[in-house]
Amino acid sequence: MASDQATTPPPPPLPEIQSHDLSQVIVLHPPPVFNYFMDLFSKKFHLLKAWESPLPLHEFLTNHAHSAQAMLCSGTGPSISADIIRLLPSLRLVATTSAGLNHIDLTECRNRGISIANAGEAFSEDVADLAVGLLIDVFRKVSASDRYVRHGLWATKGDYPLGSKLGGKRIGIVGLGSIGFQVAKRLEAFGCNISYNSRKRKDFVSYPFYTNVCELAANSDVLIICCGLTEQTRHMINREVLLALGKEGVIVNIGRGAIIHEKELVQCLVQGEIGGAGLDVFENEPDVPKELFELDNVVLAPHMAVFTTESFKDLCDLMIGNLEAFFSKKPLLSPVMNE
Amino acid sequence: MESIDVLMLCPMISYLEQELQRRYNVLKLWTAPEKSQFIKDHSATIRAIVGDGGHGADAEMIEALPRLEILSSNSVGVDKIDLKKCREKGIRVTYTPDVLNDEVADLAIGLILAVLRRLCASDRYVRSGKWKKGDFKLTTKFTGKTVGIIGLGRIGMAIAKRAEAFNCPICYFSRTEKPDTKYKYYPSVLELASNCQILVVACSLTAESRHIVNREVMNALGPKGVLINIGRGPHVDEPELVSALVEGRLGGAGLDVYEHEPEVPEELFSLENVVLLPHVGTATVETRKAMADLVVGNLEAHFSNKPLLTPLV
Repeated sequence: MASDQATTPPPPPLPEIQSHDLSQVIVLHPPPVFNYFMDLFSKKFHLLKAWESPLPLHEFLTNHAHSAQAMLCSGTGPSISADIIRLLPSLRLVATTSAGLNHIDLTECRNRGISIANAGEAFSEDVADLAVGLLIDVFRKVSASDRYVRHGLWATKGDYPLGSKLGGKRIGIVGLGSIGFQVAKRLEAFGCNISYNSRKRKDFVSYPFYTNVCELAANSDVLIICCGLTEQTRHMINREVLLALGKEGVIVNIGRGAIIHEKELVQCLVQGEIGGAGLDVFENEPDVPKELFELDNVVLAPHMAVFTTESFKDLCDLMIGNLEAFFSKKPLLSPVMNE
Repeated sequence: MESIDVLMLCPMISYLEQELQRRYNVLKLWTAPEKSQFIKDHSATIRAIVGDGGHGADAEMIEALPRLEILSSNSVGVDKIDLKKCREKGIRVTYTPDVLNDEVADLAIGLILAVLRRLCASDRYVRSGKWKKGDFKLTTKFTGKTVGIIGLGRIGMAIAKRAEAFNCPICYFSRTEKPDTKYKYYPSVLELASNCQILVVACSLTAESRHIVNREVMNALGPKGVLINIGRGPHVDEPELVSALVEGRLGGAGLDVYEHEPEVPEELFSLENVVLLPHVGTATVETRKAMADLVVGNLEAHFSNKPLLTPLV
């Protein structure tokens, strides 16, 4: 039709970036970083949010996630099982916001050539810091004596019972990966002696290596669990290991709850077979054995070793970076190598 | 051998009491119904005093004991002892340096981690059942934060060494700049506080260092800054500290010492960003024994005319 020549026509509107122009990323359950940074992901990717759909998961995936090539997941929410993977025929990448991989069927991924990216070393420092904090807390009764002061008992009941010296203690690190190494480095500055057990001896350290965790426990005053959860490590720390650690021994767990046989740990603590524990993880989170609430030589944390603003921001940048690299066919930033 | 009268000012660990009682006639001041009368009654025979960080000898007590030869303190802090008077009267004073550096430094780092990572608050969170309702909040990272130390003595250096293992840049204020360290020196506590994120009090208490952390310093440290006190309560202006924390002008505090121990300002009890410890800097079985051995060892050396182990005066 003839246009009015008296005024120039307005420029055509800029095409809005429709969400369907963005690459699809299937998310079954919001990872904890979404509580703070979901917007950063939404701006760059078309998030298929399975948890928001009224459809049962299998139906949602079949109907809506057929073309999704990438998934973002975390340690919380449904496990990324073979069943789920089979409903995602286009899936080529699973990016998890955790360092742990125990919630992913690694064999199925390997068989289908699906790459995996995890948190890499994004929060190794924060986890190591928490392990050291828990250890000092147990040895020096920080949380217990803070409770004592807050209940007004210092003025009425006198001094709190003495704690125990950390310097010179023998630390047994179970799993000398990125996190275990950061823990070791910190505790050396406290005058502690480091030994470790790992799947393989590490050439870049001179710490004594023990082939089995029971022997490590027998030669340690402290065990710090820094390894991942696998079929081999499930319930690896059992009554035998705890008795080897001994009545003055302290255990710190910042790995996964199921690495320790929780019932046997509770029994050993209640019966005084070991000296104390600092625990950030449990077999059945957020359930914590109530027997532990009676004990002053136990420090309890709600799986928060990576919950710092710094780690969450770094993790967010890392996950977005991995997804962007994937979609532009560049190398992943934090790929998990098949071992 | 005649029994030597030793005045003990307060209860201490039983190991120390036993070791003293094996060697000397121990007079326990805290059991006396009337303390000044007790001192008068024994003034002719008391030759030694054993005190601690919270109990020393002022001029009045020293004057009341004409036969006093030595004061052996079960502490490294000697702010409760009138050192000037002791020097005047030729009274020896011994203390317990070095055996407790590591212990206090360990606790300083423990306090930093407990405050920044909310260890005590989250332990309470789990015990109260709140975790079942939702995750704990985000806290803040320790690794890499700048640590400012007031007083780079033995304890301050031990703290610096540990903080370095967490990749923390270290800066400090001291009466004089230390030539042998690589840490950054600031000529005033105010400048130090303006340039660090975690401020640790690790100096001795003197007339000059009283209230060295005042309102201005706390404002400079700021709403994201954390104060750690493992020195003496009077290093910090306590009422100002309470209002700074309550008003959010200071980000958090980890305290082992207070102006009027064992009283702790109750306004602090409800704050999650504060950790409150009952003066436990040296409170381990191992260190208290090492300190006790020094206390006894110094007395033994004195009464057998040998050189004192750890004299201050």
